[in-house]
Amino acid sequence: MQKKDCVILGIESSCDETAAAVVRNGREVLSNIISSQIDIHTVYGGVVPEIASRLHCENINGVIRLALKDAGMTFSDIDAIAVTYGPGLVGALLVGVSEAKALSYALGKPLVGVHHIEGHVAANFIQYPELEPPFVCLIVSGGHTHLVIVRDYGEFEIIGRSRDDAAGEAYDKVARAVGLGYPGGPKVDKASQTGNPHAIVFPEGEVKDHPYDFTFSGLKSAVLNYINKANMTGTEINVPDLCASFQYAVVDALVSRTLRCAKEQGFQKVAMAGGVSANSTLRKAMEAACRENGMECYYPAPVYCTDNAAMIAAAGYYEYQKGVRSGTDLNAVPNLKLGER
Amino acid sequence: MVILGIEASGLVASAAVWEDGVLRAEYTINNKLTHSQTLLPMIEAMLSLSETALDCVDAIAVSEGPGSFTGLRIGAATAKGLALAKDIPVIGISSLRALSENEADSGMLVVPLMDARRGQVYCGAWQDGKEIISERAVPIEELIGTLRQALPDGSAGEKTAPAVLFLGDGVPVHKETILKTADFPCRFASAGNARQRAASVAELGAADYAAWLSENGFSAEEAKALGADRLSGLGKFSGSVMNSDEFVPKYLRKPQAEREKEAGLLEDPGMRSLRKIARGAC
Repeated sequence: MQKKDCVILGIESSCDETAAAVVRNGREVLSNIISSQIDIHTVYGGVVPEIASRLHCENINGVIRLALKDAGMTFSDIDAIAVTYGPGLVGALLVGVSEAKALSYALGKPLVGVHHIEGHVAANFIQYPELEPPFVCLIVSGGHTHLVIVRDYGEFEIIGRSRDDAAGEAYDKVARAVGLGYPGGPKVDKASQTGNPHAIVFPEGEVKDHPYDFTFSGLKSAVLNYINKANMTGTEINVPDLCASFQYAVVDALVSRTLRCAKEQGFQKVAMAGGVSANSTLRKAMEAACRENGMECYYPAPVYCTDNAAMIAAAGYYEYQKGVRSGTDLNAVPNLKLGER
Repeated sequence: MVILGIEASGLVASAAVWEDGVLRAEYTINNKLTHSQTLLPMIEAMLSLSETALDCVDAIAVSEGPGSFTGLRIGAATAKGLALAKDIPVIGISSLRALSENEADSGMLVVPLMDARRGQVYCGAWQDGKEIISERAVPIEELIGTLRQALPDGSAGEKTAPAVLFLGDGVPVHKETILKTADFPCRFASAGNARQRAASVAELGAADYAAWLSENGFSAEEAKALGADRLSGLGKFSGSVMNSDEFVPKYLRKPQAEREKEAGLLEDPGMRSLRKIARGAC
């Protein structure tokens, strides 16, 4: 007998995207609606939490309605609701969490609170229907840089993490300093395409006795000092060269540690997740390194790398199957740690 | 007609069921700012214990602000989620007007005060439910001056003049200043009415909803049968009665970043980073 389909409505509002999606059986995306606020926050050079929270509140019902409509479904077709409850901006998270709880209660449908980063990892399940744990996963975004072993669905072992800035944060700061603006990742990546990655040698930060950990603050300071010195001496900065050299150092740090982990721990599958995994240079470098070592490389399509609700529904599906349920007292947890509940 | 009232604009979390002029249930907690954990469980318990099916609710009246930005959004998102699921309208009710409604029958000039920080109070004034001073965020001293002007001539110092009744979480913060500077008789609401009550939100919501029904020639049953989505498509909503999609809190204040930008205080973010490095802050 065929197993009954399980349809999850996912809701995500942890940062500056209001998103809702309908996903069948954790892998098949029936709809994926993202209302991005990026144009509004760009003016401020970064996400303004209060503005983000206000916009979530304004857009959330329309986004949910559209997700159902695109999937050709009504609330009665939904089996459960999955919502991001952390980590993220507390005011932003609270909109999605309050909305999801009210829907769950009013519809009599189970609610599953989802860890935002687990969602990013689950984006790979959407992209690769055949991908199953265990695998090594590099999670890189504006707020996170983690190297984890995904032992099973929703089971993570953190092998390495950034000791200071997240990779995406370093991108944002460098982009601001050279006047490329927000968001830094795609802008630095684009500028670096015509630059020479070896023009300037920036230090690749290492954490003593922790070979899998990352540090980007030294690199960031080196770049900013370089700009400052150039500005003071009136030297013109070659922005493409600077971006390419900075990016080279970041990508090298990310790829080398990921590959080292996969090799030492004996994994053949290497995945990436999070906003920075949409970076074209990182993708190429990781793919090449995996090929060289006879490993499989996985990364989601750009639309599933940035914040979206399909990945939350996908992660929620596996939690739901395990019997995880959240109550009407579910709270937003802005600094929720990976692997915590 | 059944109206579910929701209030989360301040320290108080409150929910109420209003049914044809009767307050069927009210649940208020004035403890900590943990509305995200308490508000929905309170609604759930209240509806269950008062044997009110959510399916019987015609519309949800929610306090729209001003107040705590986060609190307002918890109330708003809760109301929006419930209304979306049940295809019923949301009625936006001013938190200040609702506060004044607690003492609408006092015959006094009712002045709700909510602490707005930065030396200001969110305030307004109502008498017998009629707005006398519109909603605003001003220093308490300015409000007292405005009140003095609003009071009938000669009322200052006259014992026979109608007193001004203050209530809200701004009272404990500003009571001393009020007593020191106001030259008109002042009263302060007793504990039962001194803070936000969802009963008042529901009561005002019910009045707005009844007026909207009669304007459109619907009975409550007809409106319920059509559903909020269809009514919205027909362009029937107006005033405070709306489809859940349209409801947003009225903050009365712009986000700080937006105010700074308008004042020209927002500097180029690139320059800010560089200045920080120069100071060795990076």
